[in-house]
Amino acid sequence: MTEMILREAVTKALREALEDDRVFIMGEDIGAYGGAYAVTRGFLDEFGPERIMDTPISESVIVGAGVGSALAGLRPIVELMTINFSLVAIDQIVNHAAKLRYMSDGQFSVPLVIRTVTGGGGQLAATHSQSFENWYASVPGLKVAVPATPYDALGLFRAAMKDDNPILFAEHSLLYGMRGEVPDEWYEIPFGQADIKRKGNDVTIVAYSRMTHVALQAAAMLEEKGRQAEVIDLRTLRPWDKETVLESVRKTNRVVVVEETWKTGGFSGEIASTIQEEAFDDLDGPVARVGGLDVPAPYNGTLEAAAIPNSERIIKALSDNYGI
Amino acid sequence: MLKPANVPDLNKTDLLEYYRQMKLIREFERESERQYTRGNIKGFLHVYNGEEAIAVGAINSLRSDDYVVTHYRDHGQALVRGISSNEVMAELMGKATGCSKGKGGSMHMFSSELNFMGGYAIVGGQLTIAAGIGMAIQYRGDDQVVLCFFGDGAVNEGEFHEAMNLAAIWKLPVVFFCEHNLYGMGASSKETLVMWDSLHEMAAAYGMDRYEVDGNDVLAVSGLMQKVNVDVRAGAGPAFIVAKTYRLRGHSVADPADYRPDEEVKYWASQDPIPRFREWLAEEGIATVEDFEEIDASVEEEVVKAAEFAESSPWPEPGALYEGVYSDRPAEGIPA
Repeated sequence: MTEMILREAVTKALREALEDDRVFIMGEDIGAYGGAYAVTRGFLDEFGPERIMDTPISESVIVGAGVGSALAGLRPIVELMTINFSLVAIDQIVNHAAKLRYMSDGQFSVPLVIRTVTGGGGQLAATHSQSFENWYASVPGLKVAVPATPYDALGLFRAAMKDDNPILFAEHSLLYGMRGEVPDEWYEIPFGQADIKRKGNDVTIVAYSRMTHVALQAAAMLEEKGRQAEVIDLRTLRPWDKETVLESVRKTNRVVVVEETWKTGGFSGEIASTIQEEAFDDLDGPVARVGGLDVPAPYNGTLEAAAIPNSERIIKALSDNYGI
Repeated sequence: MLKPANVPDLNKTDLLEYYRQMKLIREFERESERQYTRGNIKGFLHVYNGEEAIAVGAINSLRSDDYVVTHYRDHGQALVRGISSNEVMAELMGKATGCSKGKGGSMHMFSSELNFMGGYAIVGGQLTIAAGIGMAIQYRGDDQVVLCFFGDGAVNEGEFHEAMNLAAIWKLPVVFFCEHNLYGMGASSKETLVMWDSLHEMAAAYGMDRYEVDGNDVLAVSGLMQKVNVDVRAGAGPAFIVAKTYRLRGHSVADPADYRPDEEVKYWASQDPIPRFREWLAEEGIATVEDFEEIDASVEEEVVKAAEFAESSPWPEPGALYEGVYSDRPAEGIPA
């Protein structure tokens, strides 16, 4: 086992990926600058400009050219500096990356990994603090990963590189320094497999990305009140592990779904709806949802924090819906 | 017909083949309009009537290992590249025998075998994909060319700029080929595109080799493409070609094109590339009346057969709905 931070896990994953000659990395400031989040520091010297390509600030062509080079047989990793900027390229992601295999009836595939940085809480204000992975998780043809730990980041990225489908790999901006143990032996994590980060019998908390850690904080607070929470980290949103969630709900009968993005239209709605469709009789009350408040992210730190889910809001939601 | 500046090196067989291909596109498109009116083709149908010289002149200049990327008015390009008229017509009708087994339709013809990388329906989006294919060619140290078609309407999209700029700075082997038919759907480029009258000069902003050509002169298009291909293969970087042409029909079958002035429509009807080429072939003594009759008859027969093939082909199975959304096979070559 080796202890490392999440950034190091992604860097390690990228280095492994580059062992395949068909793989190259393309994005803004990934080379000479070392990466906006330092993930590719040193890569330009180590792998050269033919494989580590600094692009202009042109998100549409970053993804579009990623799609084109994938169609022509390469396995590109493109970086969108943050998921906020993915909106400039959303046409290429949704209309091309996700659909070319289907429209060509399987003649072409798009083995493209789109790495991006998601989430807020860094006082970067409204246009730099968003989380859109739920939007992309609605799109057939895409896969979406949202790792919360170094172990998960490395395992999922290895699976992503073996996958011939277009994948959005969303790393959280505040999790790059998260510490965790990573096995020295090879392992992979398949998409669509959630991880029970904490076992418990009294209540289920479903979360993903940074909210997994907020959920664990809430679980610690619940334990002081004599309640054992089961924390499920989805790890991927498309596909997502419905069975693990339902199995837990059938055991605990109480569930809250937590996510950082705006509650309205959030993926928690999809999860909550599925739970009530398929485990209705196992519920002691309505499925609780805690999401980002329906406001653009303010710059001021106190205001910003109030809009992002925290453990107190999770506790309150459980109290409101289940009286615990 | 004016004598083209660079008369390409073509023999009688090639020249008659060009005539045949242009006729095939024209007759095919007329049949597809009939089929649409009959209700056998649904959705959108954008026919290529009037622009045949571009597809024929440009695509025939390519090698089989070059790549073609195009817009949604793609039946002509698909046919010239080598997708059979049976498969294209069946695709238009949504049949299981279509080149995309009915999953793509009129705007999305594909053939991986022929490096026909797709018809694209988001205006301008395909230019970025062409740049990416160019990147792959360059990455491998190969010398193929990517021929990317788009209309003058696409020049206004932001992705035009992004793709042109990237191709220019990285010297990607892309021929950006603009079919300048003066309209983006119903909007006149005279009113929406600042550089409409000297469109090829837009490439000056990217330091690119740029050319303007009579898009209704199949030999001019062919000759120019042959020259440009040599340069692009040799590493000169991308090129920008503006071919002046016109849609003889509306934007789509649903469009009567009332927004176009009568004199303009009349003028361009007189520039129809097919009669122009036919007259030239006759004047040069390359083809006889019998040659034309034979070709015309064989083209008509081919189109009739394509319609029969498509009409009698089966529909996709219901299970086809979920096929091809995701690739199931894992990649090779990654350490286990």
